[in-house]
Amino acid sequence: MLKTQELTLNLGPQHPSTHGVFRCVLNLDGEYITKAVNHTGYLHRGLEKLAESRTYTQFIPYNGRLDYVSGMMNEMVYVQTVEKLMGITEEIPERAEYLRVIMAELQRLASHAIYVGCYALDMAGFTAWMYAFRDRDDILDFLEAASGQRLMPNYMRIGGVANDVDEDWLKRLDVLMDKMPAAIDEYDGLITGNEILMARSIGIGPVSAEMAIDYGFTGPNLRASGVDTDLRRDEPYGIYDRFKFDVPVLPEGDSYARYRIRILEMRESVKIVKQALKDIPEGPIMAKVPKVIKPPVGEAYHRIENSKGHLGFHIVSDGSTKPYRTRINSPCFVNLGIFPEMAKGMHLMDAVVALASIDIVLGEVDR
Amino acid sequence: MEFFASIATLLREWLSNGLGLSATSTELIATAVWTLVVILFVLINLIVLVWLERKYGAFFQQRRGPNRLGPAGFLQFPVDIVKVLGKEDIIPAAADKPVFKIASICAFVTTITALAVIPFGPGMVLEDLNIGIFYFIAIGSTATLSLLMAGIASNNKYSFIGAMRTVAQMISYEIPMVFSLLGVVMLAGSLRLSDIVAAQQNMWFVIPQAIAFLVYFIASIAETNRGPFDLAEGEQELVAGYFTEYSGIRWAVFFIAEYGNLVAVSSIATIMFLGGWNAPFGLTFLPPFLWFMLKVYCMIFVFMWVKWTYPRIRIDHLMHFGWKFLIPVSLANIVITGIGIFVYNSIGW
Repeated sequence: MLKTQELTLNLGPQHPSTHGVFRCVLNLDGEYITKAVNHTGYLHRGLEKLAESRTYTQFIPYNGRLDYVSGMMNEMVYVQTVEKLMGITEEIPERAEYLRVIMAELQRLASHAIYVGCYALDMAGFTAWMYAFRDRDDILDFLEAASGQRLMPNYMRIGGVANDVDEDWLKRLDVLMDKMPAAIDEYDGLITGNEILMARSIGIGPVSAEMAIDYGFTGPNLRASGVDTDLRRDEPYGIYDRFKFDVPVLPEGDSYARYRIRILEMRESVKIVKQALKDIPEGPIMAKVPKVIKPPVGEAYHRIENSKGHLGFHIVSDGSTKPYRTRINSPCFVNLGIFPEMAKGMHLMDAVVALASIDIVLGEVDR
Repeated sequence: MEFFASIATLLREWLSNGLGLSATSTELIATAVWTLVVILFVLINLIVLVWLERKYGAFFQQRRGPNRLGPAGFLQFPVDIVKVLGKEDIIPAAADKPVFKIASICAFVTTITALAVIPFGPGMVLEDLNIGIFYFIAIGSTATLSLLMAGIASNNKYSFIGAMRTVAQMISYEIPMVFSLLGVVMLAGSLRLSDIVAAQQNMWFVIPQAIAFLVYFIASIAETNRGPFDLAEGEQELVAGYFTEYSGIRWAVFFIAEYGNLVAVSSIATIMFLGGWNAPFGLTFLPPFLWFMLKVYCMIFVFMWVKWTYPRIRIDHLMHFGWKFLIPVSLANIVITGIGIFVYNSIGW
């Protein structure tokens, strides 16, 4: 009599499709997963502790190292939290607010472009990946022109932004935003409507609305499960209440829905950037903040709609130049929690797709 | 071109008359020389194919591809060879060493032996077997073994899963592949490849056997382990599948075998469906050998096109597609071909 045995497979930490140094121990029955256990922490740099020994301004560049594909948004939530702590939220100049929105939405486009590319790449759709990265690169050129950096922009400042942009930058960005919907149509042609991709992602890793809320899903993943929520609309931060945009919601909750919601969001982001480009006023880009930032004793929590979900910062101040405690609520870490539940009973090839669909960035999972 | 076609005869004459060797030694030396020519043919093709794959890939992905060394990066290959030769030859401590070492060579040998029966032009064939296509299929099946050997001997879980997938996939897709070729054999009335080419002088078999051609095309993608059916390698979940543990020149030999297989299946497609070395529409200004190569490279272009466009299919979808769609279709094709031949013969045009 032949005996069969479960195979224990270490997926990662060095593996092509764990999107970084994520390790998952899988028990395989043939190629079907019977049990999955997440192991994180391979990229832990102790950013929260580091914040305690840096002044408020010094910590801004570290935010780019959190979710390294959406640096602008991480910086935005950090500076907004500190502004909330200092009580100067109302004093931010108009132009700086507009620039923040433009940068955040451009970063969202870039981040979603990575998602779209990687999602296809995790099914060996290498060409689709290159198409997505072509557009991401166009966007990063603009971030680079404004901040001097492509990945870790260090652009937001407490009280405004670091550099102003010129007319030419705005004009060229307008041209790019006009071209962007056509590029997204290309993804639709190459990826969304692809028969093989549809066969591999429809019905894979379904997450119901209840389950998504129970596991603390936020952002696009939650909207793909049919929950209509978006912080940009529900509790607008900055000047998001001035823009008209739709919040796409899809009821299916499977990997394909999580993919499509990103495509729909990219279109909405283009709309927001175009509105912002139209309305952006002239003026200063920095509020009058003291050189040495010493927020009053107290604490503040602020969260924004990151490209991955709700990214929140909780900062406790003891009145000195350095925060007493900084706590980062990372959407990637929360979203990753569902993976063992999702992977149970799944084929190994599907598990890779499901993992890609929840969009994790290990810099933020491990912090 | 006449010179190339008769070069084998000339060599034999020179060996037996010029050097005065016996018939046996003449035969032995002549065969050895032709074998060397076939191996060289595979290696030269490899150089071109690696370059083409990169350039096509770049073209499909709006990149430039290699462009530093030589014209359009064509001289990238010597650098690659030096790199591969310079790598450390790592054999895992827990591997089954003899099997591990022999597996890559086995893969290469099957490719070379499969090319032995392929006629590249009139008379330009190493061994014109009367069961040529049967021999090709039989040798093609043994390629599975070398991949299985590599996968199991590596003592790596990814390799093991990759090897299991390979076996499942290759065995399933061999059947529709053979069935699709059967229709052509019925039309030509011979298993000898040069006879099949000769039977296509007036009409290529791709016209009466269009369905068989499509089935063959799909099955041969699976047979050569290329995208979208490259499940054996499955980078995204299996790292590199059966050759995860291979490095340096042992890995390169697998690579050569893979491209050799690509040439072999494209050659068979050309011979069985695209008229072999026959020039289309009487355009005989190119020598037959060049027509043959042109058609082979057209086929290879399509293979690469498919690979660079589609994502990878899931293994159970692959099995469903093979057993539930391709095999019935190829069987139906045989029945229809049989009826067609019967009707054709009884009308007696």
